[in-house]
Amino acid sequence: MTQVKNLEDLFQAKIDADLKIEPKDWMPEKYRKTLVRQISQHAHSEVVGMLPEGNWITRAPNLRRKAILLAKVQDEAGHGLYLYSACETLGVSREQTIDDLLSGKAKYSSIFNYPTLTWADIGAIGWLVDGAAIMNQVMLCRTSYGPYARAMVRICKEESFHQRQGYEIMAVLAKGTPEQKEMAQDALNRWWWPSLMMFGPTDANSPHSAESMRWKIKRQSNDELRQTFIDRTVQQAEVIGLSIPDPKLKWNESTQHYEWGEIDWSEFNNVVAGNGPCNKERLAARNKAHADGAWVREAAIAHAKKKARKEMMAA
Amino acid sequence: MASNENNWPLWEIFIQSKRGLEHKHVGSVHAADAQMAIENARDVYTRRQEGQSIWVVPAAAISASQPEDAAMLFDPADDKTYRHPTFYTMPEGAKYI
Repeated sequence: MTQVKNLEDLFQAKIDADLKIEPKDWMPEKYRKTLVRQISQHAHSEVVGMLPEGNWITRAPNLRRKAILLAKVQDEAGHGLYLYSACETLGVSREQTIDDLLSGKAKYSSIFNYPTLTWADIGAIGWLVDGAAIMNQVMLCRTSYGPYARAMVRICKEESFHQRQGYEIMAVLAKGTPEQKEMAQDALNRWWWPSLMMFGPTDANSPHSAESMRWKIKRQSNDELRQTFIDRTVQQAEVIGLSIPDPKLKWNESTQHYEWGEIDWSEFNNVVAGNGPCNKERLAARNKAHADGAWVREAAIAHAKKKARKEMMAA
Repeated sequence: MASNENNWPLWEIFIQSKRGLEHKHVGSVHAADAQMAIENARDVYTRRQEGQSIWVVPAAAISASQPEDAAMLFDPADDKTYRHPTFYTMPEGAKYI
């Protein structure tokens, strides 16, 4: 017991000195578990996040937009893979991690349980959803676990175009016909609050936050990140002439921050619990893709075995 | 490639220069086993505090792309400038984007 205590002290001393933890270092079991949960949820979010956007690839308004959307969805797949790899360094198998998603045991970001009803939703997702994700991910570039931090650096670099392409879509629609502008406004109305929910519960209601901050897994609180996101995004909405769907939104000169309304946490909890508009559809789509791909995985193994046999006979 | 089994195999060496950074390929050494490869790599590649962690990988375990395939593999990225943030025109005055 004293030995574990000493190990924990040494571990915390490393963290306090801003040293990264690497896979072979001793770490508290709870640190490992927290990371496995967080990184796998993050990976699942990248993968499930392809579904709402994939919905519009065939219906993108022109070739330019289609190529961009394809590139973005491709990136999300890649980001899922970087994160699954980071997760494997913590001693869990890829298969187990994916099984947990498919069985519904593991969570992913609730934002992807909302539908993409119009083309403007693709703009809103890039601008708001990726914008919110980037806030979180920039912070995670400095997270204490080495493989996770390195994956995030790569992801942030690649994602820098995601938010801009979304904002560009919104800016173009907002400058278009009255119908197009209305479509952009409607998308903003529907995605605004779920985007704010992406930062998670308020600090007061976030039981694991203190420990994650002490371990420097997180380096800024949910509320801090959310406030920065609001402060930046309101200005961007003004520039393109769209309005934030929050009657209580007000600039506070003394705090230099926006004051804003109340998140409907019952909606948040309901979607997390599995009752959002698309939870069942998303999980069904992932399960179908996995089942439909089974023959490819089997064929690849059979082919590799056959090739190895041939090479052995030739040697 | 000498096939004499008394020859020590080749190991590729990856050094992590600082905690938190990635392991980077620096070169190779010959050694009888992994432990010796680590020790040799320590002597060959980290005499001036270049590293704080070493990975050794049997060179035979590395498969590489062929130089003549480079065009096929990498040219497709050439015309996809929209993967870079500078491709997009941002409205005048928009900040933090």
